[in-house]
Amino acid sequence: MSVRYQNPDALGYYGKFGGAFIPEMLYPNVHELQQQYLQIIQSEKFKNEFNLLLKDYVGRPTPLYYAQRLSNEFNTNIFLKREDLCHTGAHKINNTIGQILLAIALGKKKIIAETGAGQHGVATATVCALNGLDCIVFMGEKDMERQAPNVARMKMLGATVLPAKSGSKTLKDATNEAIRYWINHPDDTHYIIGSVVGPHPYPDMVARFQSVISEEIRWQLKEKTGKENPSHVIACVGGGSNAAGAFYHFLEESGVELIAVEAAGQGVESGFSAATTALGTTGILHGSKSLLMQTPDGQVTEPHSISAGLDYPGIGPMHAHLFESGRARFLSATDDEALKAAFQLAQLEGIIPALESAHALYVLNNLKFKKDDSIVICLSGRGDKDLSAYMQAMEK
Amino acid sequence: MKRFDKLFNAKKSHVLNMYCTAGYPQLNSTMQVMKALQANGADIIELGIPYSDPLADGPVIQQSGSIALANGMTIQKLFVQLKNFRKEINVPVILMGYLNPVLQYGFEKFCADASANGIDGLILPDMPEHEFEKEYGTIMENYHLDFIFLVTPETSEERIKKLDSLSSGFLYAVSSSSTTGSDKNMDEVSNYLQRLKSYQLKNPILAGFGIKDKETFDAVCRYANGGIIGSAYIKALEGETDINAATESFLKPIISTNK
Ligand SMILES: Cc1ncc(COP(=O)(O)O)c(C=O)c1O
Repeated sequence: MSVRYQNPDALGYYGKFGGAFIPEMLYPNVHELQQQYLQIIQSEKFKNEFNLLLKDYVGRPTPLYYAQRLSNEFNTNIFLKREDLCHTGAHKINNTIGQILLAIALGKKKIIAETGAGQHGVATATVCALNGLDCIVFMGEKDMERQAPNVARMKMLGATVLPAKSGSKTLKDATNEAIRYWINHPDDTHYIIGSVVGPHPYPDMVARFQSVISEEIRWQLKEKTGKENPSHVIACVGGGSNAAGAFYHFLEESGVELIAVEAAGQGVESGFSAATTALGTTGILHGSKSLLMQTPDGQVTEPHSISAGLDYPGIGPMHAHLFESGRARFLSATDDEALKAAFQLAQLEGIIPALESAHALYVLNNLKFKKDDSIVICLSGRGDKDLSAYMQAMEK
Repeated sequence: MKRFDKLFNAKKSHVLNMYCTAGYPQLNSTMQVMKALQANGADIIELGIPYSDPLADGPVIQQSGSIALANGMTIQKLFVQLKNFRKEINVPVILMGYLNPVLQYGFEKFCADASANGIDGLILPDMPEHEFEKEYGTIMENYHLDFIFLVTPETSEERIKKLDSLSSGFLYAVSSSSTTGSDKNMDEVSNYLQRLKSYQLKNPILAGFGIKDKETFDAVCRYANGGIIGSAYIKALEGETDINAATESFLKPIISTNK
């Protein structure tokens, strides 16, 4: 079987997307990662430590839950991959566990990270506490307000949270600040990127760490239905890490329909959106070539989404390739639609999803299913952090 | 003869490269700033193209870029502003920017327009050397544009030699791993520049990042052929209405005894 979608080439390209567009100041750190990541993460020692922590600390495998009442509603079979039950409340920790072990193997002493919803920041602060490493998390000023509980959690875990005050004061700007900090403090520091974005090897590395999601889906689905492959896998896409993990082992299985859901914000054409594939063109952001929301002059556009984790003007290069090649279908859900889906799941299944994951849930309304389809939705995180948005919605 | 060759044939040390942001402080001050820089002793002008996400830049240059963008600066407008600049400016002028806006403009079109207007070279700090070799290097060569790579104290000897061989015009020695405008330990910078000098590279070396006054400029000029000043000058222009006077009072102390 030829691998067309799963991994990039030696220079980090998925088709025409990817690469490492970085200033020379970052070259030593990024080059070191490029040279060493595969060797380290494929070693027996690493795999044993990683798997043990995923099991005993994160609580993996996460359940694949057959959502009976939701299935009845849509007249098909819907399974929820419960990443919301991971320690810290989202899939993000799969990646931070992997990257902290890698950082330690490389002899790094300090960790920096960017965060949008704060889930990646919390997951990073958590693994730093676990390993006794210093941790600085950059977070957009706007996101610090709308995800205040996660700011408090990071601080309680001993991390320093630094506000990003430039641009739209959200995830893109936090990422800029993290990269600038890394340029200024290259020694002993590892940058734990939170999604399948950034210069090569980050997209591939993060996808590999998250691929545990689809690895589990395969055997869990087989146990439940007798078949390894679902008919559909649906996941939301900010940068695209939970989607990359949920798609990973199905990428080369052409019978599995892959559906990525972006945040339409107030509507794709409203001017307040984060639907990158609908609105974006090829460009370079944060060190890789991908699809990007930008002006005709190549200035990056400020995105909008109610969900901080999807409020990003780009997507990872793997997803840009999946979009261009047609391997995955890209849909979107608006702020209001995501809210609606969140309340629906809460009341049908007793599960309060993260706003990000609610975008993936909503598109059930836009798709036609057969009675015997089996649909897997990646429930990337839980909704505790979004309670203030949910409370506002209830007041309306 | 290329302008850079002419310059470095005539002047081997204390070559002063001044950075300014196009469209800053006012949309139409680009030419005024360039004329003031040339009149007050700059040997090279590095004109920055503003970008929404300038990863290699510190707060001062970021801010100047945001102001320029708010002023309405674009690459299109820049080339209109530069239409007849060679009638007035004879020092080498390079454009510094990030790859994304250049790619959106069209890389070849950008090179063609830059070259037709009399630009001498380009600095694109996020251009990977692999992409340069594969695709972009020949395009620039076809339009007689020099391309300047950056090296840092952490760049290996082997890589420095490679980047030097790919560069023309000069080689940009970033004084330490940092974004623009941060303070430096000048002793460490000297050691590094001394090391660069010992490699006997093909290009002249200009040191940049953190050079802000006569003292820091003279310090790098002990081993490098010259230095690049950016953030400190941008700061000096802030809120100034008389660009020539502000430029003169900024450059006078730096230039004075070197002539
Ligand atoms: C619960 C949850 N889902 C999804 C995302 C989006 O990230 P990605 O697209 O990398 O999965 C985030 C990001 O913060 C998140 O917290």
